[in-house]
Amino acid sequence: MICQNGFNLEKGQNNNRMYQHDILIIGAGLAGLRAAVEGVRNGLNVAVISKVHPVRSHSNAAQGGINAPLVDRGDDWEDHAYDTIKGSDFLADQDAVEIMSREAGDAVIELERMGVIFSRGDDGKLGTRRFGGQKIARTFFVGAITGSAILHVLYEQALKYGLNIYEEWFVTKLIIVEGRCQGVVALDIKTGELHLIQAKAVIIAAGGAGRVFEPSTNALICTGDGIALAWNAGVPVMDMEMIQYHPTTLAGTGILMSEAARGEGAYLLNSKGERFMEKYAPDYMELASRDVVSRAEQTEIDEGRGIDGNVLLDLRHLGREHIESGLGYLQEVAVEFMGVDLAEQPIPIRPGMHYIMGGIKTDSDGATSINGLYAAGECANVSVHGANRLGANSLLDTVVFGRRAGAHAMKYVRDISETFIDEKYLTDERNRLQRMIENNGGERSAAVRNDMARSMTNGVGVFRDQNSMEKAIANMSDIMNRIPNVSIDRKGKIFNTDLVFALELEYMVNIAWSVVNAAITRQESRGAHFRTDITGRDDKNWLKHTLVFKDVNSENGVRVETTPVTITKWKPIERRY
Amino acid sequence: MQVSMRVKRYDPELKENKSWWQGYKLGIHANATILDALIKIREEVDGSLALRCACRASICGSCGMRVNGRARLVCKTRLEEIIQKDGELNIEPLANHSVIRDLVVSVDSFFSKIKEITPYLTPKSEPVTGEFIASNESMENLLKSMNCIMCGVCVSDCTVLEVDKKFIGPAALAKAWRFVEDPRDDEKSQRISYLNDTEGGIWDCTRCMQCVEVCPKDVAPMDRIMEMRETAIRLGHKNSPGYRHSETFYRSVKKHGRLDETLLAISSAGWTNIPRLIDLIPIGFKALIRGKLPPIIPHKAEKKEAIKNIYVKVEKEDE
Repeated sequence: MICQNGFNLEKGQNNNRMYQHDILIIGAGLAGLRAAVEGVRNGLNVAVISKVHPVRSHSNAAQGGINAPLVDRGDDWEDHAYDTIKGSDFLADQDAVEIMSREAGDAVIELERMGVIFSRGDDGKLGTRRFGGQKIARTFFVGAITGSAILHVLYEQALKYGLNIYEEWFVTKLIIVEGRCQGVVALDIKTGELHLIQAKAVIIAAGGAGRVFEPSTNALICTGDGIALAWNAGVPVMDMEMIQYHPTTLAGTGILMSEAARGEGAYLLNSKGERFMEKYAPDYMELASRDVVSRAEQTEIDEGRGIDGNVLLDLRHLGREHIESGLGYLQEVAVEFMGVDLAEQPIPIRPGMHYIMGGIKTDSDGATSINGLYAAGECANVSVHGANRLGANSLLDTVVFGRRAGAHAMKYVRDISETFIDEKYLTDERNRLQRMIENNGGERSAAVRNDMARSMTNGVGVFRDQNSMEKAIANMSDIMNRIPNVSIDRKGKIFNTDLVFALELEYMVNIAWSVVNAAITRQESRGAHFRTDITGRDDKNWLKHTLVFKDVNSENGVRVETTPVTITKWKPIERRY
Repeated sequence: MQVSMRVKRYDPELKENKSWWQGYKLGIHANATILDALIKIREEVDGSLALRCACRASICGSCGMRVNGRARLVCKTRLEEIIQKDGELNIEPLANHSVIRDLVVSVDSFFSKIKEITPYLTPKSEPVTGEFIASNESMENLLKSMNCIMCGVCVSDCTVLEVDKKFIGPAALAKAWRFVEDPRDDEKSQRISYLNDTEGGIWDCTRCMQCVEVCPKDVAPMDRIMEMRETAIRLGHKNSPGYRHSETFYRSVKKHGRLDETLLAISSAGWTNIPRLIDLIPIGFKALIRGKLPPIIPHKAEKKEAIKNIYVKVEKEDE
């Protein structure tokens, strides 16, 4: 029992190699594993720490594909870069987008050589499908399981190189000493023991924060841990108001139906059977940017042309064979979760929270404002997605910037000598967790989380306005007041998920608070941040990023600043699809 | 709807260190999955219930459990369907895995088997530029195995693993198949040699079909194992008990129209494998005492010519 014995200190752990690494990576999804492979195959002592086994990571859920402008196919990196920037509603930093587009081809070819089984064309080369917001087909894919297929192959590479993996360990704190990140305190969920892990550099690749909203396509593990860890350590989070609502999530459960369906030609229909995208995006139709399609759907629903709060995704004209061979996983989900055969019936869908464009502010090498602390993947904001991410750019982001963060961290650690962290960091954390376990406030973490998540969806949804955001802020203040009352049913040590959920809730509340404070700051509509009370984009005043800092001296605990967007060669113009 | 269910609990921190069944009654919507119900229990009734789950969409492989004695992914199993079919709902952790707490099992043994099969591509030479060129059919064929999400459901219900801990098992063997068949891999013959020769390799499957039945992603591990057996034979691996077993089976039935069980036992062991043959002696005696020893001179089927004709016909079709 934790409350009786407390967490045990590992005896003599400073001599234990297992707890000392050159690079420690938090998160074992695509960004984390790609960063890890970079370090470990170059001979560094690298470890990955993840609260779930690597192959359970949420990168699994990416279905449709990965974008890359391959030159030998007549594509041009500038076209991909421009589609990305236009998709971002000109909020992406163009120098970062350029890096991503230029490195995309090599990144995808490298994945293929590692063993990913991409779909191929008749010539035996990798084949493509078309994705939203892009003029041409440049999305490489594995059926509708692209993320899973890549994740499993990166895990294979991790096994090949003998990567150290802390499976089912949960990071409770970053250790920043003398302005440098030097490790973490982490809970081994299986034993309930708390440990210090020292590292010369730490890369946060802990994924998104979808559970801050309800419903969401995200896995139950997407609780923004990494973003909150960095934010609490003093790193600003950028553009947190930019929340992506995916146009096609299942009615009821909110499970994702990949954009690949529309990429392969599926229609969106309203209750009258009309392909309503004609009105909103006559050129791109169903394949406009996600923010545009989600708003169109919500408008149809709000104006009474929906069906029980949904519209329809229709694949019937694609034919059974095409659906089952190219989109097999979608058919599986439709049949198993909705009892709908996609070859026979349209399926009810609606916009659902899917991705957070915002995140830990980093440069294009993944470096944050703290020495030795890096971030990559969904938890980071480089920024390549700006106000709206294009489908199939998230996988690309993870492997390009995962690799870059790994490579830069490798250079950084060369000049860092091993230091030993004072064990007081461990003792402090042990005491904090002990207090949480002993707390008898009577609130269940799940109840608080559900109230928070529903309130966030209402306040900062597909459409938002001053009133809805103020309400969300008020609600969040109440939620934060309830946190000290959260109590934990289980008092034992082994696999105490009840304790983990309480810790996650604290992270989620940090995220939610930065989202609402960023959202209310931006006095315009841009990309996913669409205000019904200020419908226009305002490049004169708001072509800039929002930054939210933790600030214990301010009244509401945060400080919001702005910073310019990097514009290189693409001047912002009106965005039409 | 109102649902009654029982969950197998286990807490190593309790003094008694034993497992028990705990009943729950809860109201839940008619479309709910078993995972929805377990989460509802965890969130509203008993926060101490331990289980793994993440994606809720049958892609992360976290929530493999046994439902009324059969392993399933509970996120894609609807409550109502099971209750209608079985009349009850009993949830247990996966079998063939050691239990950590409640419904959470250790995956160490599962992944140690994965590590055993050299689970990564081993190409000899890579193209200077661009991707490997390979036909789409040859690559899409591999998706049969890439669909595996390592949920452990097949391993749970594998009848061989129940008695033979060394068996590499359906999941890891299905993964091995993916590398054997991958046109980019250069160690196909080394892989097959290992899987053929090692204890617990491809010949230890008894073809009970359980893994094919329970796999939630249609990987059909047993079919993958059978394909590797054929590959092994094609590559000239004829020295294994498994091969001798199937070869003797084939010849015996062809010759006598019936199986000569005595010959099968001796021949599978190998005529020169003295230690294994000595092992068979007590088994033979026990069989004799219980009147179950097969005749030394095998019975012949009455219509063995008809059986021969079946062979002729099938083999013609194969050509």
